[in-house]
Amino acid sequence: MSDVYAVSAAPHIKQNISVSSVMWQVVLALTPALLVGIFFFGIQSFLLTLYGVVAAIVTEALIQRLRKVPVTISDGSAVVTGILVAFNINSAAPWWLPVIGSVFAIAIGKQIFGGLGFNIFNPALLGRAFLVASWPTLMTAGWKSTTPVALFKSSINGLVNLPSNVPAVVTSATPLGVVKALRDTTQISSDMAETVMNNLTSMDTLQNLFWGNIGGVIGEVSAAALLLGAAYLAWKHIIEWRIPISYIATVFILTYIFGGINGLFSASIMLPFFHIFSGGLILGAFFMATDMVTSPVTKKGRIIFGMGCGILTVVIRLAGGYPEGVSYSILLMNITVPLIDRYTIPRIFGEVRK
Amino acid sequence: MGFKTFPGGVHPHDSKEYSKNKPVEILPLPIKVVIPLSQHIGALSKPIVKVGDEVLNGQKIAESSGFVSIPMHASISGKVTGIDKFNHPTGIISMAIEITGDEQDDRIELTDEINYLELPVDEMKNRISEAGICGMGGAGFPTHVKLSPAAEKPIDTIILNGVECEPYLTADYRIMMEQPDDIINGLKIFMKIINAKKGIIGIEANKPDAIKLMKNKLKKESDLEVIGLKLKYPQGAEKQLIYAATNRKVPNKGGLPMDVGVIVQNVGTAIAVYEAVRYKKPLIERVITVSGKIVRNPKNIKARIGTFFSDLLEFCDGTTEDIGKIISGGPMMGFAIPSLETPMTKGCSGLLLFNKKEGHKEDESVCLRCGRCVDVCPMDLVPSLIAHNVKHEDWILVEKFGVMDCMKCGSCSYVCPSHIKLIQWINIGKLKINELQKK
Ligand code: SF4
Ligand code: SF4
Repeated sequence: MSDVYAVSAAPHIKQNISVSSVMWQVVLALTPALLVGIFFFGIQSFLLTLYGVVAAIVTEALIQRLRKVPVTISDGSAVVTGILVAFNINSAAPWWLPVIGSVFAIAIGKQIFGGLGFNIFNPALLGRAFLVASWPTLMTAGWKSTTPVALFKSSINGLVNLPSNVPAVVTSATPLGVVKALRDTTQISSDMAETVMNNLTSMDTLQNLFWGNIGGVIGEVSAAALLLGAAYLAWKHIIEWRIPISYIATVFILTYIFGGINGLFSASIMLPFFHIFSGGLILGAFFMATDMVTSPVTKKGRIIFGMGCGILTVVIRLAGGYPEGVSYSILLMNITVPLIDRYTIPRIFGEVRK
Repeated sequence: MGFKTFPGGVHPHDSKEYSKNKPVEILPLPIKVVIPLSQHIGALSKPIVKVGDEVLNGQKIAESSGFVSIPMHASISGKVTGIDKFNHPTGIISMAIEITGDEQDDRIELTDEINYLELPVDEMKNRISEAGICGMGGAGFPTHVKLSPAAEKPIDTIILNGVECEPYLTADYRIMMEQPDDIINGLKIFMKIINAKKGIIGIEANKPDAIKLMKNKLKKESDLEVIGLKLKYPQGAEKQLIYAATNRKVPNKGGLPMDVGVIVQNVGTAIAVYEAVRYKKPLIERVITVSGKIVRNPKNIKARIGTFFSDLLEFCDGTTEDIGKIISGGPMMGFAIPSLETPMTKGCSGLLLFNKKEGHKEDESVCLRCGRCVDVCPMDLVPSLIAHNVKHEDWILVEKFGVMDCMKCGSCSYVCPSHIKLIQWINIGKLKINELQKK
């Protein structure tokens, strides 16, 4: 009889996809946002990102050596984490900030759990949370804004009879910080607050938020650049619509209902757009909440997860202590993933309702 | 025209370009055939010849050993030279009858019943079961059994499966183009036997000329219809085809098409049934696609049952590169087999040859929890979760998560970025659950 050939189980053909091809495509998708960051904030943003990436790779390799497991830095997942950590840092930060963030993200966020696939939290977000807790001022102050931020200042300073402390609060923060301050302070008359609010939600501001003409951390600056990358990933079926869409839709609806400063439904229809395009929501919804390892595998679960992130984000933004709530929302929802998965096992095709 | 489909599924490159424009060629008479006694789901057929017997082409050489079984027939004339264990295209070793030909190809006598549609239903069924017909799409369920649904389950629709969603395979496409009338006649016989009101031929969108041809043929038939289906794997899986064509969902946990009033038959089976009912011709040959990038001359071949794969490949002038893998069937659900010295059976729709690179498989890495397998599973299972629990030997959860409802279509393994061999794990789960249920 003739030769004996290799046998293996079906299927005998395979889609051309691997962990590293997925990760490197995410890196590619993040590039436009980085370019816009460099455009607005200068080469410093690129260097900070580079520090973050290198730190992530080195940490991963070192720990994997120590754990005596195969070193998998070429799969690109550490690179993604490094970029995402740096994207959460403002461009005026010192060089060691992204480095510490990445080391923490990889060591504590990922390797302690056993590496890629086993981590509970999105490593980059854990890294960011650590930085915010340890160096709150560095993470929020030292704010370097693009010129049009003067927009807010002028519009607010132009208002008469402002109690002296208000402009300080308002002008030092991000646009979201302004909204927060307006909601929290009782020192401004409601007319005045409304004027500022209207200004913030004007078409001009929204356009600036969208294209990237507003201050912010490196990666959040341009919603347009992030969406471009997200569209690529969606086209390549690397991220799936359920999480980002349910997340953003939830934020939209809730901020429309509760976001106004004069009670329910007092917000203009522009306010939800303001909330969506400012802060890290776009980055969070498309690149962090969709992290495969730390989001549900079931389809229904992904919608619940996205809605949960949306609800928490709005609660934190409107009622919590921070102007921004995306990262904490996602981290909190990360904890619920096993539970969500467990209760959203789909009904099998043809299964009869009991 | 809107194409219908089912939720989930994958889009592998259809690779049909190698053979789709090659009209069916008839293989020269083989000098030896091996007829396995198991070419179908059900009990092994019982040999009724012994070594040394002379047989005619079409002569019954093994009889059905129960209701869910079929007889086997000699596919060439000659002498029985062995009743022994042989390779089988599903990768197992099985009992088979070897016939060495006398190059005469003397046939048993056939009839020609012009008014075959007027035959009593029982006679039709009898001719089908005597002809040894089983599903020719691969599953191999005895056709006469499928045509005997329980009385309390009325059937209103017969669907002919002309989807051929497996990449590379073009045998069904060719017979639809070359023998459309025989297929339609077969469909009419099915409908007559079952007393079904409606007949549907389901064809995938990548065969527009077959759709057009069949539509033209059926113009005047109000109870027959062609349904175009979206190009997506596994569009030809029975439950998915039924859902796309009729919007009915076959119940899980062992539900059958007849539970929703449908019987599905392959287009090749329809031809065999037509020939059995009209001519009393036993199933002794079929069309098979021999293809692959390395096959020098890919072809659709009409060959005798029991022909060796090596003869088929030789007829295609061999390969241009070293063979890395031999697959009987399609690339998604077919079997990799160790040797070309394997006979073709009634359910063999394809023989594929891959080079060393094409046959290669990556090592598994850890599950990323990306959910791609969940997105594509046409049965709405969570393959990663089943595999995970098989690895942890938690058989209660494995069963609860529906391991027995998996149809082994392979879509989940196909898309997994971590190269996890989901089906292999699922198979282990299935075997274990079967074992536990027997206890
Ligand atoms: S679990 Fe089974 S039915 Fe689902 S995709 Fe995988 S092989 Fe197909
Ligand atoms: S496709 Fe593979 S990696 Fe993704 S969830 Fe399924 S088993 Fe895990």
